[in-house]
Amino acid sequence: MFIDPKNITMDVLNLTTLMPMLIAIGGGLVILTIDLIKENIHKSLYVMLTILILVIDLGATLGLNFGPNEKGFFDVMLIDGLSILSQILVLVASGLFIPLALTSKRFHEYSYPEFFALFLFMIAGFQFMVSSDNLILIFIGLETASLSLYTLIAMHNRHNSFEASVKYFTMGALAAGFFTMGSAILYGISGSLELYQIAPAIQSRMGEPGMMMFLLGGAGLLLTAFAFKLSLFPFHTWAPDVYEGASAPLAGYMSVVPKVAAFVVSMRIFEMFIELQIEWVQTIIIILAVLTMTLANLMALVQEDVKRMLAYSSISHAGFVMVAIALATEKANTGIFLYYALFMFTNLGAFAMLWVSRHKNRIHHARYDHPYEKFSGMVKIMPMGAVVMGLFMLSLAGVPPFSVFWGKVYLMSATIDAGHIGLAIIMGLNSAIAAYYYLKLIVYMFLREPTAQVTEETTYYNVSKPLLTILGLAVFVTVGSIFYVDPLIEYITEMMRATNFGI
Amino acid sequence: MDHILSILIFFPAIAGILGFVVDKDSAKAYGVSVAAVELLLALGLWASFDITNPGMQFTEFSPIISQFGISYNVGVDGISLFIVIMAALITLLGIVLLREDTKNMKNMIVSLLFLEMTMVGVFLSLDAIIFYLFWELSLVPMLYIVGAWGGPDRVYAAVKFFLYTFAGSLIMLVGLLAMAYLFHLESGVWTFNLLDWYTLKLTSNQQFWLFLAFFAGFAIKVPMFPFHTWLPWAHGQAPTIGSVILAAVLLKMGTYGFVRFSLPILPDASVTFTPFIMALSLIMVIYTAMVAFAQKDMKQVIAYSSVSHMGIIMIGVFAMNAEGLGGSIFLMLSHGIVSGALFMLVGVIYERTGTKIMEEFGGLAAVMPVYATIFGVMLMASVGLPLTIGFVGEFLVLLGFYKVSAVGTILAGTTIIIGSVYMLALFKKSFFGPLKHEKNLGLKDLDKRELTALLPLVAIVVWLGVYPKPILEPIDNSAKALLVQMENHSQLESTKEAIIVSKKEVK
Repeated sequence: MFIDPKNITMDVLNLTTLMPMLIAIGGGLVILTIDLIKENIHKSLYVMLTILILVIDLGATLGLNFGPNEKGFFDVMLIDGLSILSQILVLVASGLFIPLALTSKRFHEYSYPEFFALFLFMIAGFQFMVSSDNLILIFIGLETASLSLYTLIAMHNRHNSFEASVKYFTMGALAAGFFTMGSAILYGISGSLELYQIAPAIQSRMGEPGMMMFLLGGAGLLLTAFAFKLSLFPFHTWAPDVYEGASAPLAGYMSVVPKVAAFVVSMRIFEMFIELQIEWVQTIIIILAVLTMTLANLMALVQEDVKRMLAYSSISHAGFVMVAIALATEKANTGIFLYYALFMFTNLGAFAMLWVSRHKNRIHHARYDHPYEKFSGMVKIMPMGAVVMGLFMLSLAGVPPFSVFWGKVYLMSATIDAGHIGLAIIMGLNSAIAAYYYLKLIVYMFLREPTAQVTEETTYYNVSKPLLTILGLAVFVTVGSIFYVDPLIEYITEMMRATNFGI
Repeated sequence: MDHILSILIFFPAIAGILGFVVDKDSAKAYGVSVAAVELLLALGLWASFDITNPGMQFTEFSPIISQFGISYNVGVDGISLFIVIMAALITLLGIVLLREDTKNMKNMIVSLLFLEMTMVGVFLSLDAIIFYLFWELSLVPMLYIVGAWGGPDRVYAAVKFFLYTFAGSLIMLVGLLAMAYLFHLESGVWTFNLLDWYTLKLTSNQQFWLFLAFFAGFAIKVPMFPFHTWLPWAHGQAPTIGSVILAAVLLKMGTYGFVRFSLPILPDASVTFTPFIMALSLIMVIYTAMVAFAQKDMKQVIAYSSVSHMGIIMIGVFAMNAEGLGGSIFLMLSHGIVSGALFMLVGVIYERTGTKIMEEFGGLAAVMPVYATIFGVMLMASVGLPLTIGFVGEFLVLLGFYKVSAVGTILAGTTIIIGSVYMLALFKKSFFGPLKHEKNLGLKDLDKRELTALLPLVAIVVWLGVYPKPILEPIDNSAKALLVQMENHSQLESTKEAIIVSKKEVK
């Protein structure tokens, strides 16, 4: 069997659509080459190079032409508003993450140039993943990014980092299996791997007997795959262990960037099903979302370690946002990005605070790096640190006017607009449950006396100017959100209107 | 004075931020000066307020999130004007009463100033989201005040207070968002502007559910029976200043919410729910009064009596006539003054003896005559003795309620009797009879600091008890305007019948 020869011109190829990814990959190769030429270069050079590459990448992304039908590279690339927006989020989050490598103490992983190269490859992977509606390219992007991420976690070089990495890898492999099987079924019923061709094909065959079985298989398997990636209940169990094993900034990064990418693909795939009036997909997603946010909240209540608490909290936040996928309205889609754009700064800030106080040895607890006791009486030791962490907690709890509140309000409003009042009340009550564990940390920081191990030396252990800069930025964005939410919503809505949802 | 409301809201917050820099020994002086300026600004607002105009004055409007209809929108009318002045006054006197040796004085002052911003903000907001913003934000400084300066179980009490209120307000938030959506359906415009919402006609079914959602937020704050369980905890553990502000101002947010949101936006549902609310309020009035009688702790008596009086305020709000509504707004003010003063007085004796248990005292009248006199005046005001501030509001509310239900009025009237019983019992146990402990002989009477904080309140109690007209008139105007607004806005005939207001009286 031969593939039809295609008439290829440079116009059809539209190679500029590949520019952002090529910049990231090229940057990674440059870093590796520098290491070949001269060994033992200080990490700050790599950090700065990475930031520069990210800036160029961002410039290239912003410079792309985009539209609902802007295709490139044999029509497998799709540069629509969704793609541009999520690439911007990925790049900004990466730019916030990478300076956190510049701690005052030396940590193993950052002395290797491979760390930065892998990091850039991972970004390229995410960029591929979000700018395509071809299931194979999505898969390749997903795997490139995930494999790099597993390695990055393991490079933290501690016992539980290896455990985390292997656990994540195993779960990721399983998810990849589900994804391929789901895609295969879709290919089987539609004869295509492009979502924009799958949708009409399914629509035309909707009435056929047995079709629902195939759809159930396809959508079910894909949903399972993304439930793994988004750590939705009941596929969330890996997340707390992996977050705990990874370094704090990487855990914060994992709670945002891979999820944004997975949400983008979920939007493309599942909103297609919902647009096709396959109602049980919507029902299943709502059930998953409610279970995820509620159970993760309940689990977070009983955690003894702040990092594990934040891990469960970000699972719960993902459940909250998952509701928007089920709604599949323009407002809900805008809400997803508004939420993550605001959540990103706050959550990365909270994890950065953990990073500041990360000690080489576990001096507070035999099992945990960041038990609650570590923060007791923090306001007396480092008042600014406690206030900053307190702000992040209030923001995560959804206290106005801090950033995450606006995301919550917008998503709840979108839920009400779609007629799901009960669901909105569940979302509200979940925010109230969540307030308890965020308050718990505030209570430890502000209302308890410091324990003997809590001293300026241990809480400021890892601090450095770059860390403080990132923290300052995160605080600024968290507190000042009321002033920029309006243009942000406007921009996101405009991008959503330039998006192709496959119908 | 174009932006006086914004100045009123944000002046304490800016002062709070600058307060971080002030030296800790001057923190109290700084707090007193800022709060005094704030009070003067509030009085200035009263001076330039047009009392013949029942509508919103000094309004400011600027869009914040125009995509979503959220704007910074503030205004003041006769209902909110005096509550704001009362909040500023109580904050000032509360800070005056703070002891110089309070630990972490600077943090206390900064928290109080932020709290003042949120309180003023709640009462002046005309945009639902901005209202919600201040409403939620007020929890944070209160959490810190109770949690950091409170009694042995302070953390439990503070967290309980926070979570209880937070859960209720999130359901209210769902209601607010649903309301905005219904408005959007009707008009195609996104807005959270209350004055726009007042024009929206909703079906009975929509009003029913929205009322329940609002009720969840407001009733917990009031606190209505059976949602009141957080309050005795909070009062029991809070430091004096915390109890004073909680009882005087924060609880009024709940009743104010009913007046500002539930009644005018949902008139039909308000009337439908009236029997339910009345029943709860009557239970609240009588039951908590009895509980108050059973207490041994002086502060708990006052805490429960405060809940009992909030029940009278709720009855007045839902009497749906000018006497009841105007009276309950007046009662909000008088309750703020009186309960604030009573908590201050309990704080005074607690600082001296380290106990609040009434049986430990006895015979204090001989040792501390000035203290006993002021306590007596406040107690009489709390019971509602004529010629004190407590009488005016209580009488008007009962008068208004009489037009609705005579039996109910008799039941509600028992509050005056039971109130006198437990208050006089408190007074007798603590101030008369033999001294229980020798060491109480050496107690000092009120000093200058305490007199400065308490005497203005005594003056107000007597002045407004004798001559309430200057503040009753603007309140009455706005209350009537609100009822007329309600009547015009309602769609059911039964609602129009329930609302008793003569239109001619409204200027």
